[in-house]
Amino acid sequence: MSQLLEVTDLRKEYPLQSGMLSAVMGARRVVHAVNGVSFALEEGGSLGLAGESGCGKTTTAKLILRLLRPSGGSIRFAGRDVAGLEGLDLLAYRRQVQFVFQNPYEALNPRFTILRSLLEPLIIHDIGRSLTERVERVAMALDRVHLTPVETFFPKYPHQLSGGQLQRVVIARALLVDPLLLVADEPVSMLDVSIRAGVLNLMRDLSRERKLTTIYISHDLALIRYMCSVAAVMYLGTICEIGPTAEVIEHPRHPYTQALVSAVPDPDPAQPRRPVEIADTVPTPFQLPVGCPFADRCPQVMEVCRRVRPALLPEAAGVHVACHLYPAGTREAH
Amino acid sequence: MPLLEIENLTVQYHTLHGAVQAVRGVTLSIERGRALGLVGESGCGKTTLARALINVLARNAAITGGAVRFDGVDLLQLSGGALNDYRWRRIGLVPQAAMDSLDPVYRVGDQLVETMRLRGGLTPAQARERAARLFALVGLEPTRLRLYPHELSGGMKQRVVIAMALALQPKLVIADEPVTALDVIVQHQVLRTMRELQETLSLSLLLITHDISVVADLCDDVAVMYAGRIVETGSVREVFAAPQHPYTMGLRNAFPSLRASSARLVPIEGYPPDLASPPNGCAFAPRCPFAVQRCWGDDPVLMPTGGGRLAACHRAMEADVLRIQAPQAFARLEATGSQAVEGGAPGGGIP
Repeated sequence: MSQLLEVTDLRKEYPLQSGMLSAVMGARRVVHAVNGVSFALEEGGSLGLAGESGCGKTTTAKLILRLLRPSGGSIRFAGRDVAGLEGLDLLAYRRQVQFVFQNPYEALNPRFTILRSLLEPLIIHDIGRSLTERVERVAMALDRVHLTPVETFFPKYPHQLSGGQLQRVVIARALLVDPLLLVADEPVSMLDVSIRAGVLNLMRDLSRERKLTTIYISHDLALIRYMCSVAAVMYLGTICEIGPTAEVIEHPRHPYTQALVSAVPDPDPAQPRRPVEIADTVPTPFQLPVGCPFADRCPQVMEVCRRVRPALLPEAAGVHVACHLYPAGTREAH
Repeated sequence: MPLLEIENLTVQYHTLHGAVQAVRGVTLSIERGRALGLVGESGCGKTTLARALINVLARNAAITGGAVRFDGVDLLQLSGGALNDYRWRRIGLVPQAAMDSLDPVYRVGDQLVETMRLRGGLTPAQARERAARLFALVGLEPTRLRLYPHELSGGMKQRVVIAMALALQPKLVIADEPVTALDVIVQHQVLRTMRELQETLSLSLLLITHDISVVADLCDDVAVMYAGRIVETGSVREVFAAPQHPYTMGLRNAFPSLRASSARLVPIEGYPPDLASPPNGCAFAPRCPFAVQRCWGDDPVLMPTGGGRLAACHRAMEADVLRIQAPQAFARLEATGSQAVEGGAPGGGIP
């Protein structure tokens, strides 16, 4: 299968506001929110981006959606670099990539009815010839996310719906314009536990039906395991490990992935746990170490880690890992 | 005698739309030295219940009935001054989003010392000395006492707040979502600290959370709350291994698991009832695949089911059979999709 999305050495830097901090520190400083992220995603594939808050996973998503302009690197979508798109080209690109964000309560205009909110993307992208046709499309979209009977939802305002229903409306809106890629950033973390499974199942079914390519951003590895065939673990703006989800979670190679996987509480109290302990202080992304960004917290740190930044290289079983514990010589030929 | 006994507690909120019954007759006890996890989704009344225990409810809320006995003394009968003696000294509270409740313009050590001086009557020197010991206890270097909240990470602030709750050596600590805003690694470390403290200080702990994995990780006992009621209690091991209430059964299949393969999740269809007008029968009946005629008219009470466990379900005696049918039964409700209607008509519940 062909690659739908190829991200190469993607970067996003934010200059720190000049103020007290830079006056004290002197030099110009930047935050490296995304610091050289590369991955490829094939058509119909699903990628999970995992990591702690501040690791750059949401910024990566916003760069792919082109809600932000990259500071460096390329984003090839269907063979075309979209990193520098502007104007009508950008509008056309945005029809092909849609998103579902974390907070459904803030994702819809509170003064628009559900119908009006859902007509909006059709108007913006000039889909459908008449109002009747557009309303029909909206009705079909609501039906697909199981908000039925659809007519009862048309005149409702966001405050009249529950969180789970709102997130279904947001999903319907994203799919209305027939996108090729759907990016979902923590799509259920604001929802109640008993509602989450329904929304996850819906997203899984819809993306399978429509052979949609998906990216899920979540701190929850269990969610990524459920939704994604490929998992990438991010740390301080870079991917430290990426590979088939089951392989990454069951045989984590990078010490950070090992710590992350072992820290997830298991709902089964009978499960024995062998946690990997690491320090709970995360270095800030404006004082990036020269070597491996994880070196200061790594329980297996070596001398080389503090000097040389490890590259993301193929290891085994389709997993790529950025760690000196897996030197190139011992890896699979590729 | 249990350390804390809650008996038939009811709490109401007065709103513009009438009274909302947030806690509807909760009976629950916490044994000495044990950790009880209170789980439920948002709006089920778990935070209201916790705040009612030491009467720090919102202004429009009132306790309308029941008793809360701590070491045999009914806290609800105590007046302001006498109740104050229980707050902090005997019952410590780690409120929700506690780490944001630290005052940004004071050093964290000073805030800790102030609490001990005002509430515990310690001298400044005593308080400072104890603050250092408390910091060490919760895994913070005592040098950090001099820092301001913005200089600490989320995990560290949470540790400060836990230290504050422990400052006057309470016997019971109530912790409301103590690790919810924290990243998974930090969450794990804070939970581990709490477990160690609970064991070394032989504290009783009431942990309130929506996350059943946190309860599995930290608690001895669990109480599952739904629509203002406790629907099931027992030891964590037993309740999670063999739930007796359909709601608990449903929750077990509604979470993705990190370790298991990707068997399809089964949601609990529908939404919790509006507690401004609670249903006559079982509050879970509209979402329950096992509801029978009786469930719609007759609200089940929490009854012993053997082995120290309790469940509020008319069909609790059939739990072993229902548990096996649960995944398919909840999945059938998902397939009908009846939940999507706001305040939906009772779906395929009545056989």
